[in-house]
Amino acid sequence: MTTALSGQEVSRQIGERFPDAVLQSDEAAVVLRGESLLEVAQFLKATPGLEFDYLTSISGVDYLDYLEVVYHLTSMKNNHSLVLKVRCWDRDKPSLPSVVSLWRGADLQEREAYDLVGIAFSGHPNLKRILLWEGFEGHPLRRDYL
Amino acid sequence: MNGWDWIHWLIFVVVILGFALSMIIVFIWTERKVIGRFQLRRGPNRVGPMGVLQAFADFIKVLTKEDIVPAKADRWVHLLAPIVAFVPALLVLAVVPFRDGSILADLNIGILYVVAIGALGVVGIFMAGWGSNNKYSLISAMRTAAQVVSYEVPVVLSIVGVILITGSLSMVTIVHEQQVPFILLQPLGFLIFFLGTTAEINRSPFDLLEAESEIVAGFHIEYSGMKFALFYLGEYAHAVAASAVITTLFLSGWKGPVLPPVLWFLIKVGFVFWLFLWMRSTLPRLRVDQLMGFAWKFLLPLALFNVFLTGAEVLLWEEKMASWGNFPWPFLFLNLALAGGLIVLWSKFFRLGGGRVEV
Amino acid sequence: MMELKTEPVVINMGPQHPSTHGVFRMRVTFDGEVIVDMEPVFGYLHRGIEKLAEERTYTQVIPLTDRLDYVASMTNNHAYVLAVERLAGITVPERAEYLRVIMDEMMRISSHLLAVGFLLNDMGAFFTPLMYMFREREKLLDLFEMVCGQRLTYNYMRIGGLSHDIPPEFLPALNRFVQEMPHFIDEYDQLLAENEILLARTKGVGVLSRELAINASASGPVLRASGVSWDIRKADPYSVYDRFKFQVPIGTAGDIYDRYWVRIQEMRHSVRILEQAIKGLPSGEVMAKVPPLLRPPQGEAYAHIESPRGELGFYVVSDNSIAPYRLHIRAPTFINLTTLRDLVIGWKLADAVAVFGSIDIVLGEVDR
Repeated sequence: MTTALSGQEVSRQIGERFPDAVLQSDEAAVVLRGESLLEVAQFLKATPGLEFDYLTSISGVDYLDYLEVVYHLTSMKNNHSLVLKVRCWDRDKPSLPSVVSLWRGADLQEREAYDLVGIAFSGHPNLKRILLWEGFEGHPLRRDYL
Repeated sequence: MNGWDWIHWLIFVVVILGFALSMIIVFIWTERKVIGRFQLRRGPNRVGPMGVLQAFADFIKVLTKEDIVPAKADRWVHLLAPIVAFVPALLVLAVVPFRDGSILADLNIGILYVVAIGALGVVGIFMAGWGSNNKYSLISAMRTAAQVVSYEVPVVLSIVGVILITGSLSMVTIVHEQQVPFILLQPLGFLIFFLGTTAEINRSPFDLLEAESEIVAGFHIEYSGMKFALFYLGEYAHAVAASAVITTLFLSGWKGPVLPPVLWFLIKVGFVFWLFLWMRSTLPRLRVDQLMGFAWKFLLPLALFNVFLTGAEVLLWEEKMASWGNFPWPFLFLNLALAGGLIVLWSKFFRLGGGRVEV
Repeated sequence: MMELKTEPVVINMGPQHPSTHGVFRMRVTFDGEVIVDMEPVFGYLHRGIEKLAEERTYTQVIPLTDRLDYVASMTNNHAYVLAVERLAGITVPERAEYLRVIMDEMMRISSHLLAVGFLLNDMGAFFTPLMYMFREREKLLDLFEMVCGQRLTYNYMRIGGLSHDIPPEFLPALNRFVQEMPHFIDEYDQLLAENEILLARTKGVGVLSRELAINASASGPVLRASGVSWDIRKADPYSVYDRFKFQVPIGTAGDIYDRYWVRIQEMRHSVRILEQAIKGLPSGEVMAKVPPLLRPPQGEAYAHIESPRGELGFYVVSDNSIAPYRLHIRAPTFINLTTLRDLVIGWKLADAVAVFGSIDIVLGEVDR
């Protein structure tokens, strides 16, 4: 059974290394500051005992006040999982660091989030629309689209 | 040359045209029916009894289709290609004896003529591939050219064995000389010739130029209507010609007990065609480099070996052992054993084609 | 001597191409027959299912999920209802769980049959293997039809159970299928596994290394063929999978052949699960008490299952209304395509088609 790691527990570990990376945390998830996403992800991937080697899923969600990107991470080695969240308050030009350099699996998923929710991932090697065509206006999975 | 010759030729031109066209229709029906059986389905069964008229229905349908020429195609090449692809198959049949004496022209270089004319079909296919101005057809054309050039070598070499034994290039003489079918005396030669011919008439597993899953339809991707039908018929005409040539060279042509010779000839042609169908319905396709590797690394050495072996045997028989009898039975068994052993051995030693290319 | 000028050719394979399994497009640059560059182009079948789901009640989304992976609709149903059940805290009756497992495994066999058949077809075996596979798939489709009246888009699972119980004639028919299926799998093995051309075309071609497979979030048979023993049914058992004995076949080389082999073996184990599930099938209700207009509490849930093509996940966010606030689908084949470029570069045109076939994508799921 994959154990879902407690967000508070992990955020404590993150906090030791990166004191102001964690925005808030509860049992289910850890919410990070956008700018520290990459280094925390690096930490989560490399630290023994955590070793999140498998990026399961990236979902972009629009909460109207802010845009949220949810990372579902899994460690195949330890068989546990973690939900990582990052928020963007700037609706016009939301930007987050890309994690493609850590997990190749983020490649298409970040493009999808960019396409449908409109979050730009800086550092992505090939960030362009994927499901919709070039020149499409707007990002349909935002709640205020249509 | 006198008047009788003209009548003879006229009759046989009609006979061959009739034979080719009726065989094509029979083959199309057989192919669809047999492959249907291989694939656990019924095949055509709506038009006429057991679907025998399906080919005619298809023909009428194709005739009524619009003839489309791509805007940027080379019009003349595009137009001529199907004709160039179709005609050689008919020409080959001119030297195939249906029974003793029933032949359009018993050329004394018959088999050479078959090889020369048989390879002409590729020009038509190349013209189609080039003239269509389509990338898929261009790839297909290049593939065909490479394929035919490569396979022509082992095919010709495998015929040499037959020629060495019979001492003649004439198709009629070759049949007369076969006390037993040469498939027994020349098992290796038969296999090489059969596989090489399969490649030359572009049937599976060597059907790279059509390769539906890769290059869609290959050279005839831009053809429609009657031109497409001509390609389609041409493919079967080539199959008919190839089956007839194999029958003549290795299956002792019209010879056979009880039944009339012509019937024997037809039965054997049908059997060879059925072998093509069997391969088509069971084998996946080779990759292009594997195809080349198969010709150059597998078929060619074996064909060369076969030439040497046959040459040695013919010499040995004529000089030393002619008193043993009138048929070289020991060589028959020797050749069968050698063919089996070599094929097993060779397949262990060599790898089909290359791997990844660094780019 | 004159230098001949050569240049690479760019070919658009797809969206209309016989072996792109729908409307996928590969923009391939060839140097002769060798692929020097490849760019996948998606989205020709994008219907905006995630957006459509936001305007439908939770139950109305189920038919939409059928249209994702239309070769294995039942597993899509399952993943979605699992996510919503997790969100709303609904317990499913045991009989329904067993039937869900039965449906999933039937779906897996049927989907793998198609995958293997079309892989062979892509490699140029003129429809014969496919027709053999279709023979068994047909029986499965008949069984599905018996259960829910549909052959492709089943719409059978509901939040809290199943739409209705199985008909009495279903179990005997399934039993018969389970009895004879191992024999047919052996038959496929005999027909295919040692075919020289098949081996030459698949062994060592399109190798996905273990590290890259994990790093690129591959899942399903593609991941397992690369030697990673990761199957959600084992790693994170859902439904009642923890009660069954079965193995997870893993490949060693990560090439096309291993992907083919893993699928064939998985079918065997699916048959074993089916056997056990039929034996253990309890009686009782198939539907929990669920309000007709479900309003799950505010929150979010992620549920994943092992669909025939990999880890199929549904991330559902609820704002306590009757429609999902956000539904995100983690489509396994979409993510498996991440490494497509790495697998085909340097190989020939024909290999690209075979690699693509071995990943076994369904465009309905890739483009959503």
